[in-house]
Amino acid sequence: MEQLLLLIFLPLAGAVISAFAGKSAKIVSTVISVVSLGLALFIACNFIPNASTQFEANLPWIADLGIRFHAGIDGISMLLVLLTNLLVPLIILSSYKHDYKNPAAFYALILFMQSGLLLVFTAMDAFLFYIGWEAALIPIYFICAFWGGKDRIRINMKFFVYTIAGSLFMLMGIIYLYLQNPADNFDIQAFYALNLDSAQQGWIFWAFFIAFAIKMPVFPFHTWQPDTYTAAPTQGTMLLSGIMLKMGIYGVIRWLLPIVPTGVQDWGQLAIVLSIIGIVYASLIAFTQKDAKRLVAYSSIAHVGLISAGLFTSFNLANLGLQGMQGAMIQMFSHGINVVGLFFVLDIIFSRVKTNKIGELGGIAKVAPQLAITFLIIVLGTVALPGTNGFIGEFLLLMGVYHYDIWAAAIAGLTIIFGAVYMLRMYQNVMLGKTNELTITFTDIKGTEKLVLYIICALIIVLGVYPKPLLHLTEASVQHLLEQVNQKLTSVK
Amino acid sequence: MNIIITISITAFIVLYAGLFKANRALLPLTVVGLLTALGFTFCAWNGNAVHFGMMQTDNFALAFSGVCIVGTLLIFLLTQNYFAAKSSNIAEYYTLILFALAGMIMMVSYKNMAMLFVGLEIMSVSLYILAGIRKQDFASNEASLKYFLMGAFSTGFLLFGITLIYGATGSFDLDKIQAYLVDNSKSISPIFYPGVILMMIGLCFKVGAAPFHFWTPDVYEGSPSLITTFMSTVVKTAGFAAFLRLFASSFAPLHDFWVVPLTVIVCLTLFIGNVTALFQKNFKRMLAYSSISHAGYLLFSLIVLSKNSENNVLVYAAAYTFASIIAFAVLILVKQKTGSDSFESFNGLGKKNPLVALSLTVAMLSLAGIPLTAGFIGKYLMFLNVMGEYKTLLVAFAILNALVGFYYYFKVIVAVWFKDGAETELSTPGQYKVVLLVSVAITLILGIYPAIILNLI
Repeated sequence: MEQLLLLIFLPLAGAVISAFAGKSAKIVSTVISVVSLGLALFIACNFIPNASTQFEANLPWIADLGIRFHAGIDGISMLLVLLTNLLVPLIILSSYKHDYKNPAAFYALILFMQSGLLLVFTAMDAFLFYIGWEAALIPIYFICAFWGGKDRIRINMKFFVYTIAGSLFMLMGIIYLYLQNPADNFDIQAFYALNLDSAQQGWIFWAFFIAFAIKMPVFPFHTWQPDTYTAAPTQGTMLLSGIMLKMGIYGVIRWLLPIVPTGVQDWGQLAIVLSIIGIVYASLIAFTQKDAKRLVAYSSIAHVGLISAGLFTSFNLANLGLQGMQGAMIQMFSHGINVVGLFFVLDIIFSRVKTNKIGELGGIAKVAPQLAITFLIIVLGTVALPGTNGFIGEFLLLMGVYHYDIWAAAIAGLTIIFGAVYMLRMYQNVMLGKTNELTITFTDIKGTEKLVLYIICALIIVLGVYPKPLLHLTEASVQHLLEQVNQKLTSVK
Repeated sequence: MNIIITISITAFIVLYAGLFKANRALLPLTVVGLLTALGFTFCAWNGNAVHFGMMQTDNFALAFSGVCIVGTLLIFLLTQNYFAAKSSNIAEYYTLILFALAGMIMMVSYKNMAMLFVGLEIMSVSLYILAGIRKQDFASNEASLKYFLMGAFSTGFLLFGITLIYGATGSFDLDKIQAYLVDNSKSISPIFYPGVILMMIGLCFKVGAAPFHFWTPDVYEGSPSLITTFMSTVVKTAGFAAFLRLFASSFAPLHDFWVVPLTVIVCLTLFIGNVTALFQKNFKRMLAYSSISHAGYLLFSLIVLSKNSENNVLVYAAAYTFASIIAFAVLILVKQKTGSDSFESFNGLGKKNPLVALSLTVAMLSLAGIPLTAGFIGKYLMFLNVMGEYKTLLVAFAILNALVGFYYYFKVIVAVWFKDGAETELSTPGQYKVVLLVSVAITLILGIYPAIILNLI
């Protein structure tokens, strides 16, 4: 319990310290985030990979309203806690070359957001989950709107209103579940045990699904995403795409599937169709992008579409669902690492030549071989080349979709082909070919840039070759979750 | 009873102190008087005493008295350098505000409709003068006149309603009225119903609920900012307490009858308040319209009467009061420096005035209803209450309105932090800092650990 509380509140304490640290906030926040990573690794080492919830903290909070500070870690949470605490130090390190104005506030907000994210990934109380959900949103809004690029105010207002609209309806769903709960609390197990009829489940499904779909984002709730990713400062984009997007997927797994399985059965088809439309649509738009950052943003929509399709199909498969679900797990982790790597490379390029327009670049590989190699590894990871981390996840996800429907799998499988085409074409145009006057003075990566990219590349290869530890971590919990869902479905029938 | 006596005596002492030009003693005297009154509030807790059948200091009355007194106290602290710049007769301001407060204490603790009327009039007459106290100023005069005409008009409605109810029940006493409704549930006199509606209209005028809100923006904009602060926070809270005291207890047996017009009023109030606030270019006017929309959320508690209705209003009113005090305090500071209260004058405020800007941000987040601030807990309780009867459509409507609210509250945050402006450095007097810090602390404490206030009443 103490470890978990420390895990959640250490970044928050770090945020307060950073806020008063002035110019040295960079160092302070790095230290705190690395300590957090150490703590997460410590917890992971002591984590017994079975289906139980461990390190549980269950404290009274607002007793009159049935709200408790109830958090705990099972395999699914563990994976995302690891991802969060792994990426935050990398994201902070990636900012070393930047001189943001008001660094104290910048790093304080990142750490504050980390606390919110960890709360989301560990909450076992729906109200606490909601608090974490919003606590992660507010800092990222300020990060993007304060340090962002052109037109940042309008774009971020759209982003903010969009996401908060989703979450308010989710809150309504949470209140509804609370009122249905005879135990008068927000406990997740009590919510799992609720017996709602299919009409109720349908409403709750939509209340939650819209919130999660906006966060991921799933077509047609994605319109905020490309602009926001492009206008945000790179660290903001990394937080959004690397970690925050996983909140939506995690929400589906943790809250949507087990609470309203019948609702998911009734409406999941539509969710699958939307996800697959999103995959194709985003891939096609990615083809036409001239700006590399926007291209990566759209590719992210495509990848998330596959994860969400895999999730909803694996759910409909009763016993065969484990593979798809596990695929979603590992793909969440891989996507987080890869997308952070991609945005970092683009940030490095932008900081050198002040443009991310694919057409204006070229030949960087000649002058910056190390960047070229690391970038290539990340791109290959993103396009799911066997032997990289992207492969395992996409393979399992596609297998899940295949078991569900062969045509859906065929269309969803296009992502891999499309992805390979537009990513490699982007790589080719940016890195290969002749150097031009813009890229001739390009300097190779060094210092923290090297460190971050090497870590990311190492993770891509290691997880690609040996993904077992991660799969092992989540397997029991995922299995348990699916059993719970199936039990509930059969008991209703 | 002690509370009213203390406040009234303080008012007289302050008036005499003003007569002898002891201007420096005014604030300490007032603060001591209010703290004594606050002390009496605490002492009377759980006492539930009835005074001459006219007033009842139950916990409901005491809790709202407490919020009103603390709010007034904070507003008095904002008078530093404020009145002195505007007028030489500072004592009158103090006295009038104190009298208004005495009237409000009656409004939150009446047990007899006559007391409701007396309290309301004591408060309103003081406010008519306060709104027009800058007698050379055109806008202030307009505000005063409008407020007076509208106020007198609405008092007429209220009185007519009281008369009809007296005609039906033969009593002004709240308990007796309730007993009449319970005993004669099959044969309620037909004049009782118009009485209820007329009283509802009268009270809606006072709390500025649509469609009886037209006076609010002009009056709020024209009055001196400090008086606007007082009107839109403390006065509003007292108005709601009076509303609630009548409708949540005495008229509760007729809930099915008056909930229909009330629902219409709530929806109109939310919609008009929010949508009009969206288009304001002036910060003060935006706050005026947003106060209308908050009246809508507050009335939510009456749509579904539960044992928590009263406490919900207390939480919401407290959250709203302290956040608004911050907003107005910053407005006063900005206006003193730049001479304007448009959104543009807030541009770039964050660069040179981190404390003020942070406080304003917390206030806006609370008004918008973001988690971990008091405003969220207030809204949450309101939604929870109404969801209790599964009025999902109404909650969905309120949520859509809350979204509109996010937009205009964040406009302020955007101006303060993200826009480039003149980078004026405000001169923030010490007392303002105290007010800001206290209000921010209350807002955050209520937001993070609301358990302390949830079971008060």
